[in-house]
Amino acid sequence: MFGDEAGLPYQRPPLSKTFLKEGHPERLLFRNADFFAANGIEIQSNTPIASVSPSERSVTTERGNTYHFDHLVLATGTRNRQLPIPGFNAPNVFGMRTLEDASRIRDRLEMTSEIVVIGGGFIGLEFTAAAKQLGKKPTVVEAQDRLMARAVSEPVSEFFLAAHRRNGVDIRLRQTVLAVETDSSGNAFAVRLSTGERVFSDLILVAAGVVPNCELAYAAGLKIENGIAVDRTMLTSAPNISAVGDCVSFPLGDRRLRLESVQNAADQARCVARRLTGAVEPYDKLPWFWSDQGADKLQIAGLIEHADKLVAKRDDETGRLTVFGFSAERLCAVETVNRPGDHMAARKVLSASDGIMLADLEASHYRLKEVFRTVARP
Amino acid sequence: MTSVTFRSHDGSTVQVNGELGVSLMQTALSNGIDGIVGECGGSAMCATCHVYVDEAFVNLLPPMNDVENEMLECTVSTRRASSRLSCQIRLSRELEGLVVELPETQA
Repeated sequence: MFGDEAGLPYQRPPLSKTFLKEGHPERLLFRNADFFAANGIEIQSNTPIASVSPSERSVTTERGNTYHFDHLVLATGTRNRQLPIPGFNAPNVFGMRTLEDASRIRDRLEMTSEIVVIGGGFIGLEFTAAAKQLGKKPTVVEAQDRLMARAVSEPVSEFFLAAHRRNGVDIRLRQTVLAVETDSSGNAFAVRLSTGERVFSDLILVAAGVVPNCELAYAAGLKIENGIAVDRTMLTSAPNISAVGDCVSFPLGDRRLRLESVQNAADQARCVARRLTGAVEPYDKLPWFWSDQGADKLQIAGLIEHADKLVAKRDDETGRLTVFGFSAERLCAVETVNRPGDHMAARKVLSASDGIMLADLEASHYRLKEVFRTVARP
Repeated sequence: MTSVTFRSHDGSTVQVNGELGVSLMQTALSNGIDGIVGECGGSAMCATCHVYVDEAFVNLLPPMNDVENEMLECTVSTRRASSRLSCQIRLSRELEGLVVELPETQA
């Protein structure tokens, strides 16, 4: 296993949450060194791959060593989108992707009080909530007219806008950062907004989306289509190369989908592992996502952007919300806030082959667990 | 350090020494215990670190919150009275000698 980062493979989700508050990088490791050794897995960290040759069936590292393979799996992930704005390269302008990023941010946070977060998506808002818990003063600048617009429905955007504002976070919608202003030593001290306003800040987090790392695959002649294109079994256009995770676009119905999620990466990896060990099955797992933002837990089952009708059930007393998404009267996605039981029921309901119709849910007064009992199969 | 014993579904046991303050899920992962997945990294979001806690220790654990309780309703292996998510249990001196059983499957 070759990787361009230092150390052993680790969990990324805690980086924007628990790790910021508590540190302890050793608690992020998937497995320890003994595990890899005992299972015959050689880890080559700090070893970027420079090129892949499908015909020679080999990879060459940047240091110039060549290794042959019977089968290659590309799991190159994504990188943070860079913004073409002046001052973007100042040392206190950060992205949040790797453990190194998160460690640098954590160090810097100690001497920071005012923070600007560019981008009101999952990572930006998770970071914002954690920073607020650490007593910082964050301002979120989002270009769209609502939070997490790419990933969630309007009722969920509204719920979190209200929750973050109630928590004292300054959120600017329909605004962008035109420039990062730097002092004589090159450090950022403020941002200039599209409204003309200047917001002072000693730490700027850029969380404005990602781009898939496809360059190796492209240079190797593999088919690229908003990510490394794979078939239903996660095989690329080269017969001895598979690809999984955030860097991949895979077929779903008559379109292609590229997802950025832990579930997608782990389930696709299992699909490839099973194929390579003899069980060829098309990838058909239900996508699910989650985001911890302060006290509020968002969980999503299915793809809400495929919905043509939404039904929101909100309980203001308990601060809970469920949004049901339907495509042609069939349930296609469920978003829940602070309702993990409903999320798990939704995952099971949506994975059931026949699906659930709008009429079924209406008849059960939108009690998912009840519906689940009627469709559950042994 | 706290000594923890993992009993797998087939009855075999592995004893490890876990660091105080670290979650039981992370202790299992960093000691190469099969049968704990921990896919969400310890956010109580995936229910793939389900364990059955030995009766002698059930009452020594911190009480579960609503999130853990609801996630446990939907584990792949059957929930029992002793079911917990191991990401929500931090090792403490009181838990010295902790014994947990791993379910048949997590996902």
